[in-house]
Amino acid sequence: MDGRKPLNVAEAFRWLFDSSRLRGPDGIMQRVVQHLGISGVVLLVAAGIAVPVGLAIGHTGRGSKFVVAFAGGVRSLPTLGLITLIALQVGIGLRAPVFALIVLAIPSILAGAYAGVQSIDRRTIDAARAIGMSEWQILAKVELPLGRSLLIGGVRSASLQVIATATLADYVGGGGLGRFIFLGLKTNDYPQMLAGSILVISLAIASEATFTALQRVTRVRGLTAQTTTAPIRT
Amino acid sequence: MRWILDNRALIQQRTSQHLWIALPPILLSFVLSIPIGWLAYRFRRSRSVVLGGLGLLYAIPSLPLFIALPGILGTGIRDPKNVVLALVIYGVALMARATTDGLESVDPDVLEVGTALGFSSWSRFWKVEFPLAGPVLLAGIRVVAVSTISLTTVGAVLGIKNLGLLFTDGTQRNIPEEIAAGVVMTMLIALVVDAALVSAGRVLMPWTVGNR
Repeated sequence: MDGRKPLNVAEAFRWLFDSSRLRGPDGIMQRVVQHLGISGVVLLVAAGIAVPVGLAIGHTGRGSKFVVAFAGGVRSLPTLGLITLIALQVGIGLRAPVFALIVLAIPSILAGAYAGVQSIDRRTIDAARAIGMSEWQILAKVELPLGRSLLIGGVRSASLQVIATATLADYVGGGGLGRFIFLGLKTNDYPQMLAGSILVISLAIASEATFTALQRVTRVRGLTAQTTTAPIRT
Repeated sequence: MRWILDNRALIQQRTSQHLWIALPPILLSFVLSIPIGWLAYRFRRSRSVVLGGLGLLYAIPSLPLFIALPGILGTGIRDPKNVVLALVIYGVALMARATTDGLESVDPDVLEVGTALGFSSWSRFWKVEFPLAGPVLLAGIRVVAVSTISLTTVGAVLGIKNLGLLFTDGTQRNIPEEIAAGVVMTMLIALVVDAALVSAGRVLMPWTVGNR
């Protein structure tokens, strides 16, 4: 591996645009699909757990300390440690990274859902209650529409984290775009590592762009949405 | 437990290597964010460019960044400098925003009082704006510190020496205790550094103590 930079970067792009690498069982398409598949499943499961819990905490106001403490604790938890530790228990493959990624994704979505409901002016909710709305109606017709921008912000953070961290999945044989990085590392093939990295970075930026657009579309007029906490970096 | 007791020296060594990589970026992010955050605060037009650009950098996943930096800098792939620089980039991305928010949280009336008392804009910044932005800066640097310490471990997959090597080595040799020791030590360092920052905040900003 030599240090001459233009060569390395140019070779990585040549590697990327070599059409013979696009298809096939170890092709770029296959790995992108795997990477997005892992990330998608993780986000769905994490959202399935975190959205209802976050809304419940925001609605009742009970357990808000738990959200903050949980988010802080997970931030200090080293993801690679979690993935490898679980992998030694359940074995090589997809199960360990998927489980670890779900753990990682939950706090951001939880915080987003909670903050979305919490950010609503209490008088608005009191007014809804005063005109006779049931608690479920308040949740569905007031809190969810007004809080959705922050909720989506939470999912956005989680998606970024998950796409980034799914790169580590292949360290325990989970596949995805990390395969190019770890294969390149083993064979001293820097262009391949860099190409894999460029692909992951592109997916991360695509995720940000998608969710930014989604947040813009669902933004409620007249409501200034604060940003949630920064995503947990991996 | 056996493994941990037998390898205390190794754990200690990895811990100090970890601190050597993680602590400088935390400090650097704080220092570098002061001018950058001020720029975004003072010149409203630069705000979206500066903070938006940094937000985009923050979106780059860490392992790909650790790999891309050698291609740009001409460093070796296993050079800890790449990790340190990447951590500075992430740290500044978070901290510059916190600095801008902190400066914005200062009551404009207080600034006018500062000017009326004869402070120059330089001394007003250091004696009025900066200290009053302190609580927000502290909150920001605490997040940076904890995530930097945790993120450092990812460098281990490239062979960079820190607590993360306990994860990779533990995986290859099938020693769960080794990985667990690494996880616990990483979280412990984060906890200690966080506590140190909180104490520093109490000493440097006595007016925030006891404020309910």
